[in-house]
Amino acid sequence: MKKISILLFWFPILLTAQDKIEGVVMEANSNKERIGLSGANVYWLNSPLGTITREDGTFTIPYESEYNKLVISYIGFKTDTLMIDSPRTVNHFLEPSNQLDEVVVEQKKEAVEKALFSPQNVVTVNSKELLKAACCNLSESFETNPAIDVNFNDALTGTRQIQMLGLTSPYLLINQENIPMVRGASQAYGLTFTPGTWVESIQITKGAGSVTNGYESISGQINTELQKPLSDVPIFVNGYANLNGRLELNTHLNTKLSDTWSTGFYVHGNRRDVEVDNNDDGFLDAPLANQINVMNRWQYQNPEKGWVSFFNIRFLNDEKQVGQLDFNPDTDRFTTNTWGSEIDTRRFDSSVKLGYVFPELPFQSFGFQASYSNHAQDSFYGLNVYDIDHESVYSNFLFNSIVGNTNHKFTTGVSFAYDGYDEQVNAQRFRRADQSLGAFFEYSYTNLEKLSLTAGLRLDTHNRLGTFFTPRIHIRYTPWERGSLRGSFGLGRRAANIFAENQKLFASSRVIQLDGNGGNIYGFDAEKAVNFGFGFLQKFTFLNHPGSFSVDFYRTDFQNQVVVDWENPNEVRFSNLDGKSFANSLQVEVNHEILHNLELRMAYKYYDVETTYQTGLLQRPLQAQHRYFANVGYNSAPKENGSQWRFDYTFQALGRQRLPNTASNPVEFQLGNFADGYGLMNTQITRVFSFKFEWYVGGENLTGFRQDNPVLGAQDPFGPNFDTSIVFAPILGRMVYMGFRFKS
Amino acid sequence: MKKGIVILTSVLISMVCFGQEKNKKMTFEVDGVCEMCKVRIEKAALGVPGVKYAFWDIPSHQLSLIVDERKTNTMQIKSAIVHVGHDTKELKATQEAYNSVHPCCRYRDDDLDDSKKH
Repeated sequence: MKKISILLFWFPILLTAQDKIEGVVMEANSNKERIGLSGANVYWLNSPLGTITREDGTFTIPYESEYNKLVISYIGFKTDTLMIDSPRTVNHFLEPSNQLDEVVVEQKKEAVEKALFSPQNVVTVNSKELLKAACCNLSESFETNPAIDVNFNDALTGTRQIQMLGLTSPYLLINQENIPMVRGASQAYGLTFTPGTWVESIQITKGAGSVTNGYESISGQINTELQKPLSDVPIFVNGYANLNGRLELNTHLNTKLSDTWSTGFYVHGNRRDVEVDNNDDGFLDAPLANQINVMNRWQYQNPEKGWVSFFNIRFLNDEKQVGQLDFNPDTDRFTTNTWGSEIDTRRFDSSVKLGYVFPELPFQSFGFQASYSNHAQDSFYGLNVYDIDHESVYSNFLFNSIVGNTNHKFTTGVSFAYDGYDEQVNAQRFRRADQSLGAFFEYSYTNLEKLSLTAGLRLDTHNRLGTFFTPRIHIRYTPWERGSLRGSFGLGRRAANIFAENQKLFASSRVIQLDGNGGNIYGFDAEKAVNFGFGFLQKFTFLNHPGSFSVDFYRTDFQNQVVVDWENPNEVRFSNLDGKSFANSLQVEVNHEILHNLELRMAYKYYDVETTYQTGLLQRPLQAQHRYFANVGYNSAPKENGSQWRFDYTFQALGRQRLPNTASNPVEFQLGNFADGYGLMNTQITRVFSFKFEWYVGGENLTGFRQDNPVLGAQDPFGPNFDTSIVFAPILGRMVYMGFRFKS
Repeated sequence: MKKGIVILTSVLISMVCFGQEKNKKMTFEVDGVCEMCKVRIEKAALGVPGVKYAFWDIPSHQLSLIVDERKTNTMQIKSAIVHVGHDTKELKATQEAYNSVHPCCRYRDDDLDDSKKH
């Protein structure tokens, strides 16, 4: 049987072997010398059959009776067509011609090649989307995007805390142009240090993300791309004011210095002098604030040589005052006259980026980036002092190329990071220097249609975390048209900066308990978690308009975590995880352009985030398990001069949230087990007058919903029941704002 | 850097010597219509051993390639492309292969009525 099948296999080959034409293509010359022409085209006219002559001018081409015109062509020679109606040998001389019949055009390619399908679950927020949330900085840029949840951090500073997949920002890696940005000392307020107008786009990656940016991301990565001097408008001015006394001014000045160099100067200032206390608890509902933020960027771009480079420096000074209305820092600081707090931050950032794309090989490039930052925060919260200095160096070198062809790509490189921390926590001083060196390799495969995969591995050696591997993998498969299935798995680790990340604890009378086990980060071990997830996306056309439906599920499982336990109202207790800690998240999202220019986005999110606290396995406090989201956007068709109306409306509903246990407090300071669910509405109307000028007006929290008692024990802020950390709803009521943008 | 220059020069010299470049750039026309054609054409080209990079430009119909000339040649690549149903200047797809492409990719029809759907 086996023999027969082998015979059968050979049979057709033997048959066709006879049906072929062999021959030689030679250059015609006066001496009738036989000079073989290599690389000449030999093909049957109007057929799929063709070949090229070998080194010596010989060729073999299959013969099929339906084709009888054999074409022989070669650049610099006249094309000949031979009539052939039976298999035979062909010896042919080609006449040189003066005219080129084929010109090889070398096309210039774009410096950056974009992948058709990404295996990672990436959501890109472009500048158009960013305009929907007109105010004011990065922390407020996510309000119209269901991938990110925005929570209230504390009752005093008005700071938003973002979370993804049920985990708050310390578990997200927040990069600015691929350089880690919001981490360490800037964890609490860092997002407010990037003005919204500076942001060109945001990429949100759900799940572990790429290994090229380090080992720290656990539930996701957010990368912000800033405006580039070359692509941003030469002059940009944005002014903003709201009825609660917040004023913001942004200016960008960009100049093209030569064909290759451009520079941009970006200035941001904001202030609030008006004292707002709508809930009459004697505490400011929003901080008195003052920020100056200046950035200078230099961009070098030479597409012919393949070089791209950026140099950035940024200086920030941010001052906030919160607390009781009549707090006067000059007389009341560190006294029990009135309760107040000041948070002053100075930050300096500098970075260099260098990228080179091999001009002849668009798939091969290398990049180098290095950054230095110095962050100094001096603050006090009532009688508590918290100062942190954080000096950080980060550098990364990476090389991109292919294996065989562009279906198989790889990125490899090395990275180095240094972080020096110096903290003053009341009378105690904590100093720490972290260094890590890592190497990574990431392979990505795509067959362009059905399947793509990214698999990465990095090896790091860290003076506190030890030497460890970080594997991460992302797969995407297209089962049918316009549908895609995604899966990811990854590991992440980090050193928790317990005070910087939980600064709100200082604005309470809670006693800090460090219940460590002798680990080398404040007495705790490093955090370690596994994240995996899968999702499905289907694009569709309904009523002639495009739409998409997606559902995804992710789970993060902590192997170790520094658990922050708020369950005893008199203390905040830090300890290594002893038990379980996990976060499950499910998101269902539908987007559809209902009518021309009218887009609807709806999402439902379910979270199950549980951790073993001192009192057992509990839902994480201040976490709504159910969240509903709807956004409607309408843009009128732009006229020739660019004039347009834009309307945007967002509705969010949060289910009930578990509150930290307050049962042991006196009755008047008990909050119950749960906070009821509520809804929030935001809207914005933009009138674009021309390409140069537009203004907008909007409202946040239109229904004016707010938490009655954000400051627990407000009457006696130096007493035992003072607590500003339990915030589950807005503190400010309805907020109306307006602003303008001028471009030239 | 110095080493790099040495390697680069030696690579360049070897290219000249053998006339068969490891990274030969070439461009030729391939008939097609849309984004689907682009994927099909690029995939077919990349399926030929020795083709490292393929980019088909939709408006100009030009296929730009970087190939290792020691492993393949233009006719082999064009054979692979006509095999999936797209015509080149020399080689033409069989009716059977042409019929296998999605109706929106029927570049031989002069009046691409349904092109508006894309």
